Amino acid sequence: MSRLTAENVLLAQEIIARYPRPKSALIPLLHLAQEQDGYVAADAMEHLAELIGSTPAEVLGTCSFYEMFKREPVGRYVINVCTNISCQLNGGEELLHHAEEALGIRAGGTTDDGLFTLEDVECIAACTEAPCLQVNYRYEYRIDGGGFDRLVDDLRNNARPDIPRHGTLARDRQHIPADRLAGIASPETAGTPAWFERRQKAEAPAEERA
Amino acid sequence: MATNDYIPHAPGFVDNEGPKIVSSRFGHADSFTLERYEQTGGYQAVRSVLAGSTSDAAQLVKDAVLLGRGGAGFPAGVKWGFMPPVWPRYLVVNGDESEPGTYKDRLLMERDPHQLIEGCLIACYALGLNTCFLYVRGEMAEAQERIGTALNDAYDAGYVGRDMFGTDVAIDIVLHWGAGAYIVGEETALIESLEGNRGMPRLKPPFFPAAKGLYMKPTIVNNVETLANLPWLFTNGVDAYKEYGSERSPGTRMLAVSGHVNRPGVYEVEQGVVTFRELFYGDNYCQGIRDGNDLKMFIPGGGSAPWFFEEQLDLPMEAADVGSAGSMLGSGALVVMDETTDAVKACLRIVRFFARESCGKCTPCREGTTWEEQILQRILDGNGRPEDLDLLADIGSQISPGEYPAAAHPEAGLTAVPFPPKQTTICPLGPSSVAPITSAIRRFRHEFEAAIAASPAAPESDPEQRDAVVEVSA
Repeated sequence: MSRLTAENVLLAQEIIARYPRPKSALIPLLHLAQEQDGYVAADAMEHLAELIGSTPAEVLGTCSFYEMFKREPVGRYVINVCTNISCQLNGGEELLHHAEEALGIRAGGTTDDGLFTLEDVECIAACTEAPCLQVNYRYEYRIDGGGFDRLVDDLRNNARPDIPRHGTLARDRQHIPADRLAGIASPETAGTPAWFERRQKAEAPAEERA
Repeated sequence: MATNDYIPHAPGFVDNEGPKIVSSRFGHADSFTLERYEQTGGYQAVRSVLAGSTSDAAQLVKDAVLLGRGGAGFPAGVKWGFMPPVWPRYLVVNGDESEPGTYKDRLLMERDPHQLIEGCLIACYALGLNTCFLYVRGEMAEAQERIGTALNDAYDAGYVGRDMFGTDVAIDIVLHWGAGAYIVGEETALIESLEGNRGMPRLKPPFFPAAKGLYMKPTIVNNVETLANLPWLFTNGVDAYKEYGSERSPGTRMLAVSGHVNRPGVYEVEQGVVTFRELFYGDNYCQGIRDGNDLKMFIPGGGSAPWFFEEQLDLPMEAADVGSAGSMLGSGALVVMDETTDAVKACLRIVRFFARESCGKCTPCREGTTWEEQILQRILDGNGRPEDLDLLADIGSQISPGEYPAAAHPEAGLTAVPFPPKQTTICPLGPSSVAPITSAIRRFRHEFEAAIAASPAAPESDPEQRDAVVEVSA
């Protein structure tokens, strides 16, 4: 695995067109590669470099900075247990230990069947609902050991259709119809918006206009 | 129209008594749809703004003293005024909420995305620009879905894009999303990330984003909650806005209170008026500490904020007062810890966060936060050394020279050191790691000393053994 599929190349080109410079699209494109393969493959990074007119080294440089990008295959479900302060105060660490025992892996590891990867993560912005976790970035709130076991059973039995496989973030994407786009140009050529110039002229005092 | 109603609402918001400026639609199950937004007055403010002048719109934000809700609390209208007359220029919305304990921007993005979009449009118009990037934290898949759908609906309705609302105004809003890096919440790191780079902060001065930001063009970075205030502000006016909150901090703030309280939740609270005591113990808010326990300490403004204690409970949540008392209101994240909390453990957990999230650009932070974490870990594990507390202070002073901000404790003869700290690093992440250490050791030194006293004697005082280690590694 793998360069982007023809379908994903079209999507990539649509995303790139939304930015004044192609490289700005890199993080969304890395997510697209991860959505396709479940992780960011080396070939995909080379392909992205071609698409944005950059180098594989630049792409790797960006990719390796961000924790969400996995450069090796991970489980179908990545379970992120929060242990930051609000969750710690409400049993987040105990929940992580339970998860390690229940799955038979340490945080950072993947189960042999390739189904689950477990991670010990930082604050995921659900602090009032501690302890909490995310499965492929979908939340479970105020979850205890029993709740964790039920969650894992449901995932094993394909009983959670609301949780897509790892790599998929938003399932509804932004699409800007060509006839609705205001126009995004490179910073070198984009000037003052025409509507703003018209308003400036209209607002200027009469003597300035003359 | 909205196709994603299979996502349940994120919980946490408490619909209590009090003004609702940004959370007014949260009670509706379909609060995120264009239909509901328009039924409740949505997209009316921007229509009237477009009929007026751009400078009037900018002036109104200045007159309202709309303080930034991201952490620094700087007035948005003043920030906007720093933009030189250079084009192109950009608006970047900071939705990279990840400060420990902070949970409000995600609610605003998931539950009322159109309010944020309308706020962005008003800001773009006032700033005379036509390209806005809405940067949502990578882990917030649901917020990305809601905003993506809302933007599609708003483009289709003719509210975003060319010929907005049948006028000649044209503004694009592009949804962008991150990939897991706390530091990207810092505005120059966010700009780097938006340029497709590693999210490392830029040195400032010489250049500030308002003058040279995205692509080295003038760029305003505003927090989600700040912009979400604009539709209400432009609908109801400056006078109505200033009826809420204090003179210095008008309006409301979304505060997330977590930890050991009976009713943790996200509350919309009048700024500068309500005290910490009312917030934690009041019936309208958190209703006291769990099990009737005593308060041990609390974090008033996110993991980066020095801790407060019983003595600070009667302070109003007013930025200047909290700053001179030795901490900050920061990102509106309050974490309450009761008497059962282990100060060493809580301190370690927050320090560990900064050690993990340091971007590695500045040496004092990259090395220092890791050292701090390792030392605290060994103290907690029962391997502490007598010199460790001095060592922690020394490392802290190299990240943040001078006395570090801290709360007063009259009984112990400790006076407050005002916020903010000095720093040897480009951004405040490194100094933030010193906050829990200084707070905890100043106040609970005996707990650290007890843990160290219970530890077996450290092996490193034996020079022979130390030299042997050097030989092996050479």
